Amino acid sequence: MITQKINKDNVATSGSTAHYTTGLQEEQYLTDLERQAIDHEIALVPYKSAAVIEALKIVQHHRRWISDESVNAIAAYLQMSPAEVDSVATFYNLIFRKPVGRHVILVCDSISCYVMKYGDIYKALQEKLHIKFGETTSDQCYTLLPNCCLGCCDHAPALMIDNDLYKDVTIAMLDRILQKYT
Amino acid sequence: MERPLTQYIHPGCPPFDLREYEMTGGYSALRKALGSMSPEEVQRLVQESGLKGRGGAGFNTGMKWSFVPMGENAPHPKYLVANADEMEPGTFKDRLLLEGNPHQLIEGMILAAYAIQADISYIFLRWAYKKAAQLLRKSIHEAYAAGLLGKNILGSGFSLEMHLHTGVGRYMCGEETALLNALEGKRATPRAKPPFPQISGLYGKPTIVNNVETLCNLPHIVNNGAAWFKSLGNGSADSGTKLYGVSGKVNNPGCWELPMGVTVRELIEEHAGGMKNGYQLKGFLPGGASTDFMTIEHLDVKMDFASVAAAGSRLGTGTMVVMDDATCPVGFVHNLQHFFAQESCGWCTPCREGLPWVEKMLLSLEHGTGTMEDVELLQMHTQWLGPGNTFCALAPGAMEPLQSALKYFKEDFERHVTMHRCPYHNGG
Repeated sequence: MITQKINKDNVATSGSTAHYTTGLQEEQYLTDLERQAIDHEIALVPYKSAAVIEALKIVQHHRRWISDESVNAIAAYLQMSPAEVDSVATFYNLIFRKPVGRHVILVCDSISCYVMKYGDIYKALQEKLHIKFGETTSDQCYTLLPNCCLGCCDHAPALMIDNDLYKDVTIAMLDRILQKYT
Repeated sequence: MERPLTQYIHPGCPPFDLREYEMTGGYSALRKALGSMSPEEVQRLVQESGLKGRGGAGFNTGMKWSFVPMGENAPHPKYLVANADEMEPGTFKDRLLLEGNPHQLIEGMILAAYAIQADISYIFLRWAYKKAAQLLRKSIHEAYAAGLLGKNILGSGFSLEMHLHTGVGRYMCGEETALLNALEGKRATPRAKPPFPQISGLYGKPTIVNNVETLCNLPHIVNNGAAWFKSLGNGSADSGTKLYGVSGKVNNPGCWELPMGVTVRELIEEHAGGMKNGYQLKGFLPGGASTDFMTIEHLDVKMDFASVAAAGSRLGTGTMVVMDDATCPVGFVHNLQHFFAQESCGWCTPCREGLPWVEKMLLSLEHGTGTMEDVELLQMHTQWLGPGNTFCALAPGAMEPLQSALKYFKEDFERHVTMHRCPYHNGG
């Protein structure tokens, strides 16, 4: 589950230009817990930079998203340049380089869900939450994102919230589903 | 009718743990192979069985393995990777195997690893398959504890490590060389071939990447032999069973293990229960988003590699997406091209620039602002982005449904131009 704790400093500086300096500052940015988990992954690969995707997953797990500061800290820790880390972070769909809410709603927009009218579900979510794809509710509860095929095409339309998969979704189900996430 | 892969899978019930799996014959193939077969014998058996890769390409699995350097001078560590990054839109077959019988995959992986003498194995699992991740972790742990993984497996002298790697979402990871880059912590861009992964794969070492369904067949082939496996094909040129799926506006969408070569008609009408009331079948993608459309004229085509190819498409993953007569073919293809444009890794120019262009033209057609020139340009793109013009198979795959839509549903494209709106949407 996504950790509830928010690092206020990260949110405040989001979007600012990265000031990259090597050294102690970045080293101290990562928590002991994050460093232990990253060390575990480093031990499994032939060289440190091969653990970068795992490191991004670990830091995102603890902080919900990857800030410029997180990129710099991971880069310093794995002896990579921030640009190298960012090139990987921005490549993958599920590494978030912008702040997200406490819960991320992923709406499958691929072909079987298209045929089964995921568009109606998206429209209903937009009306209920007053946000579009790529946006976060003002109370920071939900972020709404489109997502590639979730692999349950026989139960389309489908959506995922955090780790939970919802199948055969109807508009009538949405309120009950959303209530579970606060 | 035999269903070796799904015999013990009961959706809704928890999968077998190690003890239950072993009670129903699980790991007997591994004991047999380690006890009485050389790695070369396993390779030969699988080659003779005619097992073809179930990830979409359909290459003979034993043949694929045969390019791995063997013997004392072979480079080590060698790697075996299970491609469980199921992300082809419309495809949901590997999920059934991963959630339904994780030990079957693990046994198949150990057999494949033994056949190529791999030292380290990975399951590259899609991030979205949370339940599968949990089950695989537990099953790998059970296998280690029972001496089925790790050093000196069952006293045979063969050793294998197994790790679960969960991805962070990118369609390109399904392409085997891009998958290897992702495993190395890089952007999942494809690699130049040759060298092929069998020679220089993960971290530059010999590597085999096999699809989940392919690997799940191995215990059964080792237990029952090549002749048995061929006989499952039920008169088809291809061996074995296949996991087939149907999604779209049918009465009973789902995934079933059936003899290779079942007809389209049987799949849609019998297993999927026919079209929903009020809808007619207009066309279908036989094996995922990157396969050519087929239409009602193809209902008696057998769903095996050669027959679907003869009908102008590809078996692909064998999971079919049905398009009904109330769904706009232009909108349908736009949805596919949006996916491919978004998932293009950007490595080569035709794909990176061409696919967004295609997507935009389709969108303007759908909005009623497209022209006949757009339709012609779309036609040209099917060649510009076709085989031989791009670095990997992503863009050519994307062009398959487009070129066949232009062939079978050209009139629908033209009506969008002449009516200045989508004829399928009231009031455009």
